[in-house]
Amino acid sequence: MVKDKTKENSRISRRKFLGTAAAATAAVAAAPVITGFPTVWAQNIKNIKLRQFGTGTASVNAIAQKVKEDLGFTVEMTALDSDSVVQRAVTQPNSYDIADIEYWVCKKVYPSGVIQPMDTTRIKLYDKISPLFKTGKLNSGSKLAQGTAPHTVGFVEHPKDRRFASRETRWMTLIPTIYNADTLGIRPDLVGRKISNWRDIMDPAFKGKTSILNIPAIGIMDAAMICESMGVIKYGDKGNMTRDEIDKTIDVMKKAKKEGQFRAFWKSFDESVNLMSSGEVVIQSMWSPAVTAVRAKGVPCKYQPLEEGYRAWGGGLGIARHLSGLELDAAYEYFNWYISGWAGAYLNREGYYSAAPETSKKYMTADEWGYWIEGKPAKADIVSPDGAVMEKAGAVRDGGSYEERMGNVACWNSVMDENKYMIRKWNEFIAS
Amino acid sequence: MANERSAYLQSFPLFMIMLIFLVIPTLMIVIVSFWDYNSFSVIPDFIFDNYNFLLTSPVTWQAYAKTLFYAVTSWAITLLIGFTAAYYMAFHLRTTKAQTICFLLATVPFLTSNIIRMISWIPLLGRNGLVNQMLQSLGLINQPLEFLLYSDFSVILAFVHLYTLFMVVPIFNSMMRIDRKLVEAAIDAGASPWQVVTHVIIPLSKSGITIGTIFVFTLVMGDFITVRLMSGGLSASVGLLIYNEISLLQYPAAAAGAVTLLATVLIMLAILFRFANIRKDL
Repeated sequence: MVKDKTKENSRISRRKFLGTAAAATAAVAAAPVITGFPTVWAQNIKNIKLRQFGTGTASVNAIAQKVKEDLGFTVEMTALDSDSVVQRAVTQPNSYDIADIEYWVCKKVYPSGVIQPMDTTRIKLYDKISPLFKTGKLNSGSKLAQGTAPHTVGFVEHPKDRRFASRETRWMTLIPTIYNADTLGIRPDLVGRKISNWRDIMDPAFKGKTSILNIPAIGIMDAAMICESMGVIKYGDKGNMTRDEIDKTIDVMKKAKKEGQFRAFWKSFDESVNLMSSGEVVIQSMWSPAVTAVRAKGVPCKYQPLEEGYRAWGGGLGIARHLSGLELDAAYEYFNWYISGWAGAYLNREGYYSAAPETSKKYMTADEWGYWIEGKPAKADIVSPDGAVMEKAGAVRDGGSYEERMGNVACWNSVMDENKYMIRKWNEFIAS
Repeated sequence: MANERSAYLQSFPLFMIMLIFLVIPTLMIVIVSFWDYNSFSVIPDFIFDNYNFLLTSPVTWQAYAKTLFYAVTSWAITLLIGFTAAYYMAFHLRTTKAQTICFLLATVPFLTSNIIRMISWIPLLGRNGLVNQMLQSLGLINQPLEFLLYSDFSVILAFVHLYTLFMVVPIFNSMMRIDRKLVEAAIDAGASPWQVVTHVIIPLSKSGITIGTIFVFTLVMGDFITVRLMSGGLSASVGLLIYNEISLLQYPAAAAGAVTLLATVLIMLAILFRFANIRKDL
């Protein structure tokens, strides 16, 4: 016990020493130009390079370019698939400075100690961040959704804690950047009837023409939405199932697979786009921008709002433990910039949502804001961030406004207590 | 004595490379396969839980059955095509130039990546793909053929397409070493062309066939991406199960899967080596 304490102390003092040393170096370097916070390190700012990695959804080069223009330093983006993101985050913590990870992944990644929580007092626009990430409720009236909701893994009591805090604190694990509500995508020209429930994917009329995604942690949630909608299982908490609930869910899916209900299972964004646009499937679980991508090919596709509500996900940026000094300052500067509007507007235009919705308003035209956020019909053509026409004038966004979508979340992507068991059962389903 | 020492010295670099990059990593995998894990970390331990689950799970047996089915079927088809192609190149093309040109043509597809070549089957075989469109416009079928894509058919088609050359090359190589006089002697002795093939050429190209078999078997047994893409994620091979476990950070479970797969493949190789003495033939 005593021994442990000394160890702890020496570690703190070493860290303290390093921190002081770094601060001193920064101060010396910056001495000639003390005019304001960002310029304090204006001298060597250009040499700073932050290595960010994450899924292709948020780690986009357009954002890195804009950071270079606005802030002067370089953010190097690496895009990986969701599974590789977890692996890299946990196993190679020195290979990145900023991890762009999803909240359900955070539940796995943060306890492994590779992410340092950030001080919210250094986030200037903290107040503008959507309450979804602080309390889990979009507005006072909305219900708390099941699953790994961002606010449940968003805070820790103390920067050294490996456990999550149950309430909003000064220390945030990830700074939220992007989120969305997922539902089923359909081919309105091929389904031939109204789709209004998750269970419709199991309709024998669509035999051999349906698909769900094969990312276990997300797929099981879609499966749960389907089973609950079919009325065969009543879950205590879809986001944290018991073994019995997992067994039942997988049995339902196995049976459907045996009967030839599914045409394929997809794992990446592109696969889902191809399945839909080639007509291999007519109804499948899908991500909103994938629906847009199908439509951009001239193929009709609808992001179908369903009675049971949406399955939501969110992502954010975390700072690697090893980051300190000037680079840590740059990271904070980057986060402040991220929620100040431009990036949010970019993400909104891609069909996702910005973590600080208000700030992005001034970077969007009134028409864009009306279409993407308020659910109003577009007055002019809606153009994607890279200039392609996505929707003709008069179109209305599927699922309606931001409030309607995010206010109707049934569950969040999650990591369950029985995660290990769930994954074994999921593999059984895929191999069956 | 000095001679012996220099022989050891000469083999030392290769020995070290094999030790560092093959033996030690493999040992690590074996060790990790006995460790415990939770959702975000591996815990050093010595438990049989990973193997216990692996070997008693019906999923494993299903996956092995499926993988063996893919391996044997792809092997039979690639052998048939590979042997025929090699036979044609070795015995019917008279000039070295023609043989070289033929060989180069066979390697041209390797200029594109494996995955691209595989993916390009998808638009061809789909429900509204080129093959179905053609068959329908010719009036041969009324309904699109569903089994063309996302089925065992498409998986094996991709394997055959990707790996036939690994059969052609070694068989062609050993055929080129057959003394033509033996063929002439067989003909002089009154053998029919079929007898020449079965009694002279096949026995003498046995080493090539064995090497080709090893290539195709090991490649198919370890494959995960072809199975995933061409079956649309509907079937699972052993490699795919391991890949899934790795991507979910379940390293000990994946290591146990890898060790089991390695053992299986080694046993199969041991059996194959009984059929041909490769060292002698090389």
